[in-house]
Amino acid sequence: MKPETCVTIQREWDIVGARQLGRDIAKEIGFGTVDQARIATAISELARNIYLYADEGKVCFEKINRIDQKGICIIAIDTGPGIDDVSRVMEDGYSTSGGLGAGLPGVKRLMDEFDMKSDGGKGTNVKAIKYLR
Amino acid sequence: MDQKFKQLVLDNSDQIVEMWLKEVESLKTENYTSSISDDLFESTNREFVNVIFTSVKDHGSTKVVEEFSEKIINLGWPLSYITDGLQAFRKVTIDYLLKNSDQVDSNYFSEVLESVDRWVGPLIRQLVNEYSGSWEHIVSLQRVALQELSAPLIPVMDRITIMPLIGTIDTERAKLIMENLLEGVITHNAEVVLIDITGVPVVDTMVAHHIIQAAEAVRLIGATCILVGIRPEIAQTIVNLGIDLGKFPTKSSLRKGFTSALEITNRKVIDVNGKSNTNDGNSDGIESLIDAMKQGE
Repeated sequence: MKPETCVTIQREWDIVGARQLGRDIAKEIGFGTVDQARIATAISELARNIYLYADEGKVCFEKINRIDQKGICIIAIDTGPGIDDVSRVMEDGYSTSGGLGAGLPGVKRLMDEFDMKSDGGKGTNVKAIKYLR
Repeated sequence: MDQKFKQLVLDNSDQIVEMWLKEVESLKTENYTSSISDDLFESTNREFVNVIFTSVKDHGSTKVVEEFSEKIINLGWPLSYITDGLQAFRKVTIDYLLKNSDQVDSNYFSEVLESVDRWVGPLIRQLVNEYSGSWEHIVSLQRVALQELSAPLIPVMDRITIMPLIGTIDTERAKLIMENLLEGVITHNAEVVLIDITGVPVVDTMVAHHIIQAAEAVRLIGATCILVGIRPEIAQTIVNLGIDLGKFPTKSSLRKGFTSALEITNRKVIDVNGKSNTNDGNSDGIESLIDAMKQGE
């Protein structure tokens, strides 16, 4: 399942770097263009959240290579202020920055598995998996 | 003491150059410059060592250093070539000075170190500054070039303009897109603006948000915005994200968008060939023009 590769997110252009790397990995695993676009978009959302809300963090990629299933796992880790109300941010249209508020719920719909942990003041940890069908 | 060392080094420059070249040659095999031809490497090394010695002799002659760093950049060699080379010079010179003196105590030793550092230190700083300064210059030029490309507005026809977008959209570019779009609508007196996103690799909520805002602003000043070039995979991700683009018309291709833009402005493209036109050459010309326009999407 390892190795893990990470991209540090500090500036806006790091989002592009993370996206490109993620897309390359997805292509390597064998995802089609539609799923590649889904994965790239999900990475973009997660990385942008880090850039907008947490100042610094990283996006990591893991290849899932089990006998029955292949896929990509995206892990976004930051040490930002955290999310107070996790259920609230998963609602469509909720945004604290004047955006569309479709980011996190969108990522959940774009990917197959989605898990978010956040302790107020201690940062956020998002894990999203897409399986190859 | 410093003068004495300097004289010693300058008088025996041949020996030191030999030692230095050997040192640098050994660095070559290890890394970066393996793809560089031996002749070029040799001649550049000679030049480098000359730069070092002239700079040691007359305390930093900026002109030579500038020219040399310029050359290294043009050759595309890494910065480590410069730093490694100077590091090797420091090592070799210190070795030489210590070997060729009879009394070596800690005092003498530290004096040698200090002198050599005094020659090499400013040179390193200067070369690195020159090198990184040139890079910064290149990057800033490219930034300007990129900015010029970032949000072009093409008035293709009376009352119709097109903005083709290629590449990633970030916040700065989104701002430019909005400004150019609105300005263009006013100056070209456009009724319909087509935003073509065929070349945008990823449309996430941020990009969509900016497009929606731009379209809304265009609507406010009395024009219609049509979003064209939505690829199938982008359409799917937009739906997955749950973004509502229902407030303005969208089309899959620029051709379809252009047709509906013509409809909005009460015009249409007529196939002249179908009419009883006797002048074949002329009609062919128009046909190929229309074809070229269609293929340009």
